[in-house]
Amino acid sequence: MNVMNSDMGTMSWRHRSVIDLDNWTRGEFLFFLDQSRHMENVMDRPVKKVPALRGKMCVNLFFENSTRTRVSFELAEKMLSADVVNWSVSGSSTAKGETMRDTAWTLEAMGADIVVMRHGAVGAAQYLASKLKHGIVLNAGDGTHAHPTQALLDVYTAWKHYGDLEGRKIALVGDVLHSRVARSDIIAFRTMGCEVVLSGPPTLMPREVEDLGVVYEREPRDAVKNADMVYLLRIQRERQQDGLFPSVDEYHRWWGADEDLMKYAKPGALAMHPGPINRGVEIASEVADGHQSVILEQVRSGVATRMALLYLCGGGVR
Amino acid sequence: MAGLKEKAQLMNAQDLNRVIRRIAHEMVERNKGTDNMILVGIHRRGVYIARRLQKLIAEAEGIKVPCGELDITLYRDDLTTLSEQPIVHSTRMPEDISGKHIFLIDDVLFTGRTVRAALEALVDLGRPQIVQLAVIIDRGHRELPIHADICGRNVPTSKSEVIEVRMEELDGEDGVVICERDE
Repeated sequence: MNVMNSDMGTMSWRHRSVIDLDNWTRGEFLFFLDQSRHMENVMDRPVKKVPALRGKMCVNLFFENSTRTRVSFELAEKMLSADVVNWSVSGSSTAKGETMRDTAWTLEAMGADIVVMRHGAVGAAQYLASKLKHGIVLNAGDGTHAHPTQALLDVYTAWKHYGDLEGRKIALVGDVLHSRVARSDIIAFRTMGCEVVLSGPPTLMPREVEDLGVVYEREPRDAVKNADMVYLLRIQRERQQDGLFPSVDEYHRWWGADEDLMKYAKPGALAMHPGPINRGVEIASEVADGHQSVILEQVRSGVATRMALLYLCGGGVR
Repeated sequence: MAGLKEKAQLMNAQDLNRVIRRIAHEMVERNKGTDNMILVGIHRRGVYIARRLQKLIAEAEGIKVPCGELDITLYRDDLTTLSEQPIVHSTRMPEDISGKHIFLIDDVLFTGRTVRAALEALVDLGRPQIVQLAVIIDRGHRELPIHADICGRNVPTSKSEVIEVRMEELDGEDGVVICERDE
């Protein structure tokens, strides 16, 4: 699908709210990546600000704590000159049913144009989007469902290193079951033409992963073999109390990424992580700080890709 | 381009190249040499014109003047009123522009809004000593107090007309044509 009309210098970008990436075409990804590159360029200027979203109001509505995602969005919004309001709702009990609909209408009454939302419940972003009359919703993570901006920054980081990602292999290692990052990454990297292989404790794997078009390897070495990207998923220590793995040490011994595991990947393969990292759990410091690590590049990519998303989805008239 | 009917040719390839050559000489003359000079082309056609000017100045003066490109998309004043978002292109400066003599280059000067946006974008990149504007065609209808320091040709137009500067690098041929919106 060709989204660009280069003669006129405009494009038909059909996405407004972004809940997940399952309806994005490869052409849309490629166009998005190109636009993100120009946004990253703004970050290198003496004045890190352009007036593209002047007059637009962004509300960062966080029902779950996530300082880094919130800060990344906030920086992106500010670099585009939008007005930013941070609305943190602690505790999940206030965030259901009627209350959330009322929250949406309250935000709209205040003039919000763009709502960035993080919520613990699957489908929360979709629900909010359906209740807003004018404003758009950018999903910053809803339960175990999706985290589209994380996947966009991951694809962008890989694309900057490799260019075309067609035929590249990515291994996702860790807690896939509870991971919205994994779900969105699987969709995004598959759309880009990548081979996706999962690994991790069987207790932390969703059933019937093959339905997602991916392969599961119990042995991380088998999963990582010849991979261009090794993606370590965050392990939440609470999962140990749930009895899903015996101990943090044992997890690290079996599934943690150390230099030895990285040797099975292609030489120069990228070590990726959504952050914040648990050193000595899913990733050893030698990998996190090693020459193959692109973890800090991912952080930078996050601002650039969020700028592109805000610009493409949040600009213009409605 | 769809919806446009070609009405008349204003310049053939030779005419256009003569104009660009004259602009190159005029720039060096105004700048009293090539010291501190930076050429900055505005996307898209200004970028190609700037590169040609760079080559012509190098031929005449033996010095390759630095050449940058500027995309004004994120600085447009109509972003909140357009239904479709314009595509962002690259902005690249060869060096720090602070204290430099900038020649801003575009194909057609019309309302002046592109140039206004370009000035805002430039100021965010540094503080040039002086900014001058060079265009191939000035077609009138200014909506802002902006004028060209160097102009290839003044062409009176009606608002329904469109001026197309065609560049070999982009369009496969050199020349300038005047078109009418076909409605």
